[in-house]
Amino acid sequence: MSDFWSWFIIVIVALNLLGCAGLLLWNKQISPEEAAKETTGHTFDGIVERNSPLPRWWLGLFIGTLIFACVYLALYPGLGKYEGALGWTSSNQYDAEVSLMERKTGPLFEQYAQVPIEELIQYPEALAVGGRLFANNCAICHGSDARGAKGYPNLTDNDWLYGGEPAQIVTSIAAGRKGMMPPMAAAIGNTDEAVRDMAIYVQSLSRPEIAKQADKAAAIERAKPKFMVCAACHGTDGSGNQMMGAPNLTDAVWLYGPRIEDIEHTIRQGRNGNMPAHESLLSEERIHVIASYVYSLSQPAKQ
Amino acid sequence: MSNAHEKVEKNVGLMIVLTLIAVSFGGLAEIVPLFWQKATTEPLETLRPYTALELEGRDIYIREGCHVCHTQMVRPLRAETERYGPYSVAGEDVWEHPFLWGSKRTGPDLARVGIRPITEQWHREHLRDPRQVVPESNMPAYPWLETTQVNWKHTERKLRVFKDMFGVPYSEEDLNQQLAKIEGEWADATEEDALVAYLLSLGQERKEVIQ
Repeated sequence: MSDFWSWFIIVIVALNLLGCAGLLLWNKQISPEEAAKETTGHTFDGIVERNSPLPRWWLGLFIGTLIFACVYLALYPGLGKYEGALGWTSSNQYDAEVSLMERKTGPLFEQYAQVPIEELIQYPEALAVGGRLFANNCAICHGSDARGAKGYPNLTDNDWLYGGEPAQIVTSIAAGRKGMMPPMAAAIGNTDEAVRDMAIYVQSLSRPEIAKQADKAAAIERAKPKFMVCAACHGTDGSGNQMMGAPNLTDAVWLYGPRIEDIEHTIRQGRNGNMPAHESLLSEERIHVIASYVYSLSQPAKQ
Repeated sequence: MSNAHEKVEKNVGLMIVLTLIAVSFGGLAEIVPLFWQKATTEPLETLRPYTALELEGRDIYIREGCHVCHTQMVRPLRAETERYGPYSVAGEDVWEHPFLWGSKRTGPDLARVGIRPITEQWHREHLRDPRQVVPESNMPAYPWLETTQVNWKHTERKLRVFKDMFGVPYSEEDLNQQLAKIEGEWADATEEDALVAYLLSLGQERKEVIQ
């Protein structure tokens, strides 16, 4: 701030305070006794308007605010460049608030970091902290109940794209995951029939009763040899590959929906999963606690 | 002497003048000097002007009234920075005309939504049907954005107004580049594309604060 603006502010503030003080003192000159004798000359229905000064208790309060203003301006920044005796700034106050919280919670997170995730799920306080962190950072996609949504994995069903061991969960949170299923229609024949056949076959992997339906058995027979191109990621038996995040097709868990149309869409257009990395947003200790919370969701027996 | 206040009370003109002086004191001391302070007039070094697509997205944000329920102002309080990201500073709003700070949070603050770990795909699904991804959300759906093309009719004029009247440092070369993109890769852009591009741009200038 330049000297000019500094003095500009100081002069206005000083004028303001002096002006108020002057007005109050001027008003104080006339005593209530004197005022009682004097009228403004107005009468109405026999009521006379007197020229009374401000009530003294009110005047006292007003003078009190002037004294408060002077003390405030001495302690806090308000007079141009003058920084105030306390050296207060809003960013200092913010930093103090943050470091106070850091001092309070730091040892707690450090203590949790010493405990392996498998054990930490038996600490209710740690899970409560993890739940809060989850709500703030993960719930937007995985849902506040962690049951996910279409395209966003359910974390409570103990079915894992990239593995459900604690270390794998930590990696998923910290480094993120990029799932990529390419469009496969061209590779399996590029006709509507071929795509429909494959969708029926994929559906039958988790619902064996479908294979027994006469009209679908033929489709399954046609699609089965072509599944070899899918097997590169999903495995010959369709049980998936956690190294690549290729879903298990033999269980009844569907990330993008169980209907024939959903499966056809996946085969035609492919799918892109994107779990963002969190290591630059959350400290290692916090990720550890969140991972414990996520791990606990599919470990009901141990809780 | 003791009746001198009569002069003010019975002279409306004088009363108006004295009232104006009294009222203007606060503004003169608290607002006027800010027009000449670096902290409020100079952009952050990391600030970059909006692309044409983001600028149109911003206008859609205003048209749909997003600012009525979403603020763009993270206050310097730990609880807010923990949830949203680095607190807001004046230097990031130097080129904002009008600013979209908002005053009521029915939904969360969006000043840092572009640097939150949220994917573009999530934004699209969420705009089309918020309850698809957040079941407890009370945000309205905006499905028509997906099927409505951006109206580029006034974009060049808007960019020039920002450049010439608001001092946003677009060079002629920048403008030509943006206009070429409007003709080219953005020719068929939907309003959803524009709005998502705008949302993902929010907060980028304060990204380094996290690291």
